[in-house]
Amino acid sequence: MYHTLAVLVENSPGVLARVAGLFSRRGYNIDSLAVGRTDNPTISRMTIVVEGDERVLEQVSKQLHKLVDVIKIGDITAAPHVDRELVLIKVNANANTRGEVMQIAQVFRAAIVDYGHKNLTLECTGNQEKISAFEEALQPFGIKELVRTGKVAMLRGAKYTNITKTKEED
Amino acid sequence: MEITCAEALVRCLEIEGVELIFGYPGGAILPVYDALNNSKIKHILTRHEQGAAFGASGYARTTGKVGVCMATSGPGATNLVTGLANAYMDSIPLVAITGQVSTAQVGTDAFQEVDITGITMPITKHNYLVKDARMLPGIIKKAFHIARTGRPGPVLIDLPRDVADTKIPFKYPESVELMGYKPTVKGHSAQINQAARQMMEAQRPLIYIGGGVVNAEASEELLWLAETIDAPVVATLMGLGSFPGDHPLFLGMLGLHGNRAANLAVTECDLLVTLGARFDDRVTGRISGFAPQARVIHVDIDPAEISKNVISHLPIVGDTKMVLEALLVRLEKKQNLAWRETIARWKEEFAPKYRERDGYLKPQYIIEEIYRHTDGNCILTTDVGQHQMWAAQHFTFKKPRKFVTSGGLGVMGFGLPGAIGAQFGQPEETVVLVTGDGSFQMTLNELSTAAEQGLPLKIFVLNNRRLGMVRQLQEFYCEKRYIAVDFSFVPNFADLAKVYGFTGLTVTSQEELQDALKTAFQKPGPVLVDCAIDPEENVMPMVLAGKDINDAVDCE
Ligand SMILES: Cc1cc2nc3c(=O)[nH]c(=O)nc-3n(C[C@H](O)[C@H](O)[C@H](O)COP(=O)(O)OP(=O)(O)OC[C@H]3O[C@@H](n4cnc5c(N)ncnc54)[C@H](O)[C@@H]3O)c2cc1C
Ligand SMILES: Cc1ncc(C[n+]2csc(CCOP(=O)(O)OP(=O)(O)O)c2C)c(N)n1
Repeated sequence: MYHTLAVLVENSPGVLARVAGLFSRRGYNIDSLAVGRTDNPTISRMTIVVEGDERVLEQVSKQLHKLVDVIKIGDITAAPHVDRELVLIKVNANANTRGEVMQIAQVFRAAIVDYGHKNLTLECTGNQEKISAFEEALQPFGIKELVRTGKVAMLRGAKYTNITKTKEED
Repeated sequence: MEITCAEALVRCLEIEGVELIFGYPGGAILPVYDALNNSKIKHILTRHEQGAAFGASGYARTTGKVGVCMATSGPGATNLVTGLANAYMDSIPLVAITGQVSTAQVGTDAFQEVDITGITMPITKHNYLVKDARMLPGIIKKAFHIARTGRPGPVLIDLPRDVADTKIPFKYPESVELMGYKPTVKGHSAQINQAARQMMEAQRPLIYIGGGVVNAEASEELLWLAETIDAPVVATLMGLGSFPGDHPLFLGMLGLHGNRAANLAVTECDLLVTLGARFDDRVTGRISGFAPQARVIHVDIDPAEISKNVISHLPIVGDTKMVLEALLVRLEKKQNLAWRETIARWKEEFAPKYRERDGYLKPQYIIEEIYRHTDGNCILTTDVGQHQMWAAQHFTFKKPRKFVTSGGLGVMGFGLPGAIGAQFGQPEETVVLVTGDGSFQMTLNELSTAAEQGLPLKIFVLNNRRLGMVRQLQEFYCEKRYIAVDFSFVPNFADLAKVYGFTGLTVTSQEELQDALKTAFQKPGPVLVDCAIDPEENVMPMVLAGKDINDAVDCE
């Protein structure tokens, strides 16, 4: 089963290597990892999607806790949350197919961010199923290039993952 | 007034109470050594950086203080790596300082540049590359804090040459602020209440102790607990000595080479009280056969150890000493007569034994005689192999911090530098090193350090002219197809030791051994006794791979 972890870390050099190294060293499978700084520039937030059963997940989060730079971890899989991923796709589009590609983009509420003679670059945001469906829909035209950000996620409602609560209070 | 970052570093170490640094100099670390000229901190020049890391570890183990080691960039730093891995596996508080090439050169494959923070990431509790000189005092403060608190471990600080030379205003921070590091030391009181209840209800309780009891300095509380709930005690290799080895409730070491009574008690107990031990695979054997009838209480300061290998029914995250203190006021004295009778019977039946062989000196006899001659009043250090196991099985450890050995990494070569560190930690104690001819040859260069520092080490080489432990593995697992385990050349260790100013003796019989023991323990100064032991001897009992721990091969 896939779990989505929201991880707050100190924005120190090497923190990404520490987290990534921990996953590979202990044989945990990362499905995706997205990272960027938060509203507090000294703190970054990672959204890590990891595969494993309850026991593996318990170990993953305990081992992550042991990293001095890791401030807080929340497994938000089971709680109501919003998750999004962004994809950029450069797809073949000539005079004959352009219209159809643009129609697909419309269905998926994708934006056209670059317009070329032979191709279009589309930007689409959504949950992972939507992104995958979008990719599938464009496949027949010939995808030249594709980049996904990996999932980012946030709890819904009044709940939040921030540093006002320390690790031990979870 | 401004001082250089290197001078600030030395000041920080002084404020942290550092008395000794084990180290080896070089170009990139030059400014720090220069600053040491004006310090009262003593520097022990080892003969290899690995010896410096092991030396600092031996010091830390015997004192409970943070050991400090130092090396230059590149090869100096990589030579520390094995010592850091050892400290990480055995939870030894260590601060390692390495020189680094100048910041402008970092990342250019400069002369003697290695990415030591990258290399040591998985084998340190934390590490730092000092990029800004003004950060140094805060980093040192944090490093010592991280190394010594919670589950102790090694912290490395990499200091580029130009940063070391930079002038900064010196101020040592008073407190540490680490958002992501706040170890839990106080156990959860509801969990402790429940533990107390289970201890009162249990009919066959057993206490399983490890290095976490030594680290917490909780021996007194442990003794009290065992006597209050009338529970026998088994110890890991790392826990030996934290419960008196001559106490009627003590059953010895458990595990693959553990005492059979200890292992049987694990199989039969209905409550396993685990204190500062981590269910290592050398301990559990086949997991499903480990304590199959027991509810498991696990007290550990590291939450990640809870249910990592063996499911814990009642976890208590906290410091052993604090948890025991809270527990003791909730307990009443009880007796488990039937259980104790059973235990007493096993203890007698499975007392450590070995088979005599005519014309051969038995290693177990040597260990027992070292115990007799010192009355156990010494620090025993070992290397890794059969001799280590014989020492663990046949010596009676009565107090904590008196047994210094490499458990988790099991690194040959730890012994001699470990003993040097131990002697610096406890200058008044007799330090005995029990080593093997294989392990000893890995770091015997440090004899030179011992001689230079005038250390009166008592070294016993249990010499079987082979890598005994591996030979034993080949006997059992490779149908005696021996390969790469016999030495066809072994130096005369007694003569070799003489060159280093030791009294060197060779013994081949019990009588010779007795004379040598008298020399070793009555004469001041360093002594090495090369003991020609039975080369066929195995470590028994032995639980074979995949077996339950109560299913051991033993000598008849
Ligand atoms: C050749 C060889 C054979 C071996 N055979 C055996 C064997 O038969 N039996 C055996 O037992 N070992 C054996 N070992 C050693 C084994 O590999 C492990 O090193 C050992 O079992 C681990 O001991 P431990 O569980 O006490 O853990 P340690 O490594 O000492 O860890 C200490 C534990 O206590 C916790 N802790 C630390 N401080 C505190 C505190 N203040 N409060 C609470 N918890 C704390 C830590 O988080 C950790 O979980 C052998 C080693 C070698 C090299
Ligand atoms: C650095 C290192 N290399 C290899 C090993 C594997 N190993 C474990 S025990 C052993 C043999 C030890 O021989 P010796 O020191 O003579 O001790 P003995 O077993 O004969 O008592 C070896 C090679 C190890 N533990 N450490």
